Amino acid sequence: MIEKYAVLYPHTKFHVINTHVRNIDGVAKVTGRAVYTFDVKLPGMLYGKILRSPHPHAKILNIDFSKALELPGVMGVVTGKDTLGVKQGIWRRYKDLCDEQILPVDKVRYIGEPVAAVAAITEEIAEKVLNLIDVDYEVLPAVFEPLDAIKKDAPEIHEGFERNINVTRHIEWGDVEEAFEEADYIREDWFKCGGQAHMCMETRCAVSSYTPDGKLTIYHSNQSPYYMQALMAGVLGIREGDIRVISHYVGGGFGGKFELDGAIFCSAVLSMKLRRPVKIVYTREEDFIATKRRTPMYYYTRTGVKKDGTFCAREAKVFTNGGAYTGMGATALYLTGFFHSFPYRWKAYRYDGYRVYTNTLPSTSMRGFGAPQAMWCSEQQIEWIAADLGLDPIEMRRKNAHHEAYVIPGQATIQSCGIQQCFDEIQKWIKTKGKLPKNRAIGISAAGFMSGGIFNWFDTPYAFSAAMVIINQDGTVELHVGAQDIGQGSNTTLAIICAEALGVKVEDIKVHSGDTDFCPPDLGAWGSRQTLMAGNAVKMAAEDAKRQLLEFAYAQSGMNIVYDLDIKDRWVHAIARPERGNDYTELVKKALRGKDGHRIIGRGYYTPHRKGMISPAYSYMLQGVEVEVDEETGKIRLVDSLTAHDCGQPINHLGLIGQLEGAFSMAAGYGYLEYMPYEDGKLMNPNLVDYKVMRATEMPPTPVAEIDTYEPEGPYGAKEAGEGLTNPTAAAIGNALFHLFGIQIKECPIKPEMVLNTLKEKREKEKNSKK
Amino acid sequence: MEKRLITLNVNGIDYELYINPKTLLVEAIRDYIGLTGTKRGCDTVSCGACTVMIDGMSVKSCAVLAVQAEGYKITTVEGLEKDGKLAPVQEAFLDEGAYQCGFCTAGMLMSAQALLNENPNPTEWEIREGIEGNICRCTGYNSIVRAIQAVAKGKYMEVKS
Ligand code: FES
Ligand code: FES
Repeated sequence: MIEKYAVLYPHTKFHVINTHVRNIDGVAKVTGRAVYTFDVKLPGMLYGKILRSPHPHAKILNIDFSKALELPGVMGVVTGKDTLGVKQGIWRRYKDLCDEQILPVDKVRYIGEPVAAVAAITEEIAEKVLNLIDVDYEVLPAVFEPLDAIKKDAPEIHEGFERNINVTRHIEWGDVEEAFEEADYIREDWFKCGGQAHMCMETRCAVSSYTPDGKLTIYHSNQSPYYMQALMAGVLGIREGDIRVISHYVGGGFGGKFELDGAIFCSAVLSMKLRRPVKIVYTREEDFIATKRRTPMYYYTRTGVKKDGTFCAREAKVFTNGGAYTGMGATALYLTGFFHSFPYRWKAYRYDGYRVYTNTLPSTSMRGFGAPQAMWCSEQQIEWIAADLGLDPIEMRRKNAHHEAYVIPGQATIQSCGIQQCFDEIQKWIKTKGKLPKNRAIGISAAGFMSGGIFNWFDTPYAFSAAMVIINQDGTVELHVGAQDIGQGSNTTLAIICAEALGVKVEDIKVHSGDTDFCPPDLGAWGSRQTLMAGNAVKMAAEDAKRQLLEFAYAQSGMNIVYDLDIKDRWVHAIARPERGNDYTELVKKALRGKDGHRIIGRGYYTPHRKGMISPAYSYMLQGVEVEVDEETGKIRLVDSLTAHDCGQPINHLGLIGQLEGAFSMAAGYGYLEYMPYEDGKLMNPNLVDYKVMRATEMPPTPVAEIDTYEPEGPYGAKEAGEGLTNPTAAAIGNALFHLFGIQIKECPIKPEMVLNTLKEKREKEKNSKK
Repeated sequence: MEKRLITLNVNGIDYELYINPKTLLVEAIRDYIGLTGTKRGCDTVSCGACTVMIDGMSVKSCAVLAVQAEGYKITTVEGLEKDGKLAPVQEAFLDEGAYQCGFCTAGMLMSAQALLNENPNPTEWEIREGIEGNICRCTGYNSIVRAIQAVAKGKYMEVKS
């Protein structure tokens, strides 16, 4: 906390916040005691498997599973006909965007789509029996690329969607034409951004148990138990309250686990039919071909600037490969358009996004939520413009960057913003690097991200986040949250906030999360929302409980009411005279007696109001990456990096560092490793031999320069961290290649052969022009 | 195939199992013995989530049959702590935040421990190579490297009294 903020916000002297706190779930995780859905075994449990479509587009004419039922050990088979046929989606407010039957009744739209599901007494039998199910398909013409799918004569994937356009998004401010008029220089480029697999180490899995009393209990690896509960109620035709979703430990999410998947749906349908628990675990291959992925995009962007580098106008058109269904892809379409403007002030800006259905794996949210694609294009083009105009790329960015109290017309108000300090840090770092070896260069990229979305297309009637704090007689605390810990450490972050607000120690707090029966509804872990939103709810709940305690302390103390009492570190005291005080546990006991034994319960909620169109707060960052390229092979190696990062007041220090390092590895993977090649709708590398992710030997050092800011909307000044940092890295790598060879690579992930080919082309061009 | 009676020594305890000889070691550990700390993350021996130690060396338990492990000392993540006290690698992982979702952690700890068994003073590069076979999608590995370095530096050495 820098001095300015300490003066403005004197209550920011912390006892717990930003200290070294071990993750509160750590012991369970390092000893193997943590039970994931993958580990759940219930009495009488059956094992399910899913039969998947081999065709990218086909009508299901008939499914014959009579032979399958004869195999000993097979307990049952279900198809779309056993379901209510509800077309579901996460954009519940918009009926036509609810377009996915998890077990389709009459048509499949991508290779790998579920067609039938079986349950057997062993997984082996379930696997074997899939071969005994006969499906008659009428194969239909298919289309795989958005620019083909929008053609007039392209096959129709969903009825009534002209030219296969699923959703469009328009963002505009200022007079774009006029602002382009003012520009001295205009540049336009086309880019292509690939997909990316979430590749959670725990594949999609679920155990569903339906009992004769009409109740359904589901263990499921997900990012939002409340979403699962609500969506399952919709597709199964039972009440939300009759469904319990448990998901205590989750082996990764990254944006891929907050929609219904085949595992949860098929296991539930089987269990309802057979009245036995059914477990379905996806194989790694299924996880690759039949979940969802980062949205591939075609980007056209045109940018106008003045000679001195002042940004005037930008116009972008984007066509995304939506794949077969909508999912969260509609949100990614919006966010990519918004973050393509980030983190700069444009006098005028226009974005038109088209999400196009194709016969491929549906695409959706993935860490960064459309912004990594947006930055890949934007930050490279900006680097090229600076070079075209002979300007310093950092100074040009600096001049146009957001600042505190900047209003993005009609979209957002920026409260805290530390981007200027980020520029300083990276400039210093580049200086210390001095002259680099011949095959190395540094690339930079700026980015920013939201701290939770303000939108409610899910149409929840509940507050976005909620928390309940219950104080036991010995002073220990039960903290119930709907926020979901998927590894990012939200349980720990929220325990820290609770401990700080209540004035106790982290070890006094037990966090209850991941169970819809015992936790308040909350939208869950996506869009970087939990630190800010669930954090505010927890702070409110803890303060509510504390106020109830302090009433008794005041009554007892006989103090002048102008003095304030507080609790810190389990010590109840007058703020003016901290040395004089009482033990917190004693106070709790007295307060309980004073309340006739009623428990002390604090409640907290958070729902954003009047916070613009996107988010209540934004993180900012600038990243520098030192890249080495082998000119013979085109192979890229990351040598070093520095990230300057403004996430407001850090809450959970260890968690923050981990999030930033983890984001780097995923973002770098998107930059140069993680290709998803399709041939006729078939993913060609659905395994971990051919789909490369970062390994320990590929990671460069990832130090972080933390920038101090204070976000008024966040709990204790905190905002987003960990998702936004997926945004800059691909572009930073691209920019390093630009500085190394002068090449402009417009497609990511960058393959070695793209480096070689572009380099060759450039050299030939140079040779020819010399002739 | 005919089932066989085998004895596996896991974490110092002999378990008698009556199993199909095709059963993988990871299946024997998880499904028969019921130690679910060891995970699975792939079907191609690529991820390391299933790593255990056999006689102190790291082995991917999805790459060996249970019957092949007979007669050896198998250690899983559950066997790292002694008398309720965590092993140095476990303490170091906690201090460095060398895990997030925790799904790779069991395998990662076993690779780390096996590396340290073999080479108590590894260089940073040797550490990275030692865990190269283990994918972690969450942490970006650097915290794991720091944790292993801390153990190698003796930070968690037992104070003998
Ligand atoms: S499960 Fe992936 S290597 Fe064994
Ligand atoms: S901690 Fe999640 S995969 Fe390593």
